[in-house]
Amino acid sequence: MIAVIDYGVGNLFSLSASLKYIGAESAVTSDRAVIENSSAIILPGVGAFADAYKKLEESGLIPVLLKQVGRGKPVLGICLGMQLLFEKSYEYGEHAGLGLIPGEVCPIAPDLKERLKVPHMGWNSLCFKRPSPLYKYLSDGEYVYFVHSYYAKNCSDYTTASCLYGGAELTASAGRGNVFGTQFHPEKSGAAGLKILRAFSEIK
Amino acid sequence: MLAKRIIPCLDVRDGMVVKGKNFGGIREVETPVALAQKYNLSGADELVFYDITASSEGRALFSDALKAVASCIFIPLTVGGGINSLDDFDRVLKCGADKVSVNTGAIRDPSLIGRAAKRYGNQCVVLSMDVKRVDGKFTVFSHGGRVNTGICAEEWAYRGQEEGAGELVLNSIDTDGVKGGFDCEMLQKVCARLSIPVIASGGAGKKEDFLQLFKEVPQADAGLAASVFHFGEISIGRLKTYLAQNGVEMRL
Repeated sequence: MIAVIDYGVGNLFSLSASLKYIGAESAVTSDRAVIENSSAIILPGVGAFADAYKKLEESGLIPVLLKQVGRGKPVLGICLGMQLLFEKSYEYGEHAGLGLIPGEVCPIAPDLKERLKVPHMGWNSLCFKRPSPLYKYLSDGEYVYFVHSYYAKNCSDYTTASCLYGGAELTASAGRGNVFGTQFHPEKSGAAGLKILRAFSEIK
Repeated sequence: MLAKRIIPCLDVRDGMVVKGKNFGGIREVETPVALAQKYNLSGADELVFYDITASSEGRALFSDALKAVASCIFIPLTVGGGINSLDDFDRVLKCGADKVSVNTGAIRDPSLIGRAAKRYGNQCVVLSMDVKRVDGKFTVFSHGGRVNTGICAEEWAYRGQEEGAGELVLNSIDTDGVKGGFDCEMLQKVCARLSIPVIASGGAGKKEDFLQLFKEVPQADAGLAASVFHFGEISIGRLKTYLAQNGVEMRL
């Protein structure tokens, strides 16, 4: 059973519906016991980094999550949930993250070489950087759906895919051991996204 | 590279898709799930559901239909029609919508845009505008294009962005239903000052119209249409292949 951590941010309808669709049993939960007994964990998230981190902290689930990571359980952060996995973020100030993947979260706008719109919103194609079990059913160049204004940087040793936008190379996904993150929304990325969720659900 | 998006729009009444009148004058209906699945398979990048129901019973049926679609189609879903309050946002988001579009409700109370953006994030709030030329000026109409508000379209679009809208739908009343192409002149003019994504709507009749849109209005991120997709005059799959062959970035 996959535990989708509910800490009061974002709309989890599509995520739980997509897991159900691929036949993966899941529970949207903030219950410590359910998370401890799960086979894998998804950390979702939308909105601002500091607000989300604070809510996660207030839920009391950070030590629970870290302990499960330590035990080798697969963990997938999605969108802001991925950003929370890094060491820090520069969204409205400087904020510490969970530190599970080395790197920092920075604004997209200053790194664009062409004047393009921010947020980076819509379908962009993945460029594989390192092998990842998430992409076992995917081909290089497939499109996935993004909505974000910040991205993870200085994490090239852990970047599993990137995408190009306005001359900048944005980190699309990262992984370190049993910890995975996608900046894009697999639950909104059509058939490609479902293949990623299926691959995640199959990680032992 | 970010792909340009092709978006079919579905009008829903009492939980069923209304396809408008066909050439025989018969009103065709279909379940939202059946049509959404068809569009998803043919490569639609996003779906827009427009609730044209007037009654609360119809609203409940709409919610059920939306939930059914969101449970089997995993691409972005936008919902519009009758959105006047944060409660309306809440109602459709709980049924699986990703974005909510406001039109008349935001004209009546522009603070709705900012309040919704603060609660759900800018990416969730779409400002939809119906625009028509009046004495040579691009003017905003409300109530489904029936009421002239006298508001300047360029100013309203910019204000919507500043209030916190994350995306804009620009629908041209002048070209809507004419099938002679998108209103590139209006789109260029209204887009000029904007930094948020823009969805062009109104006027698509053939695949060349989409190519013209993306060539002449580089600021347009997406093209939206309804009847030409419903009646199979344009196949989404073939349209996207055609656009890609002509140098437009597409998700194929």
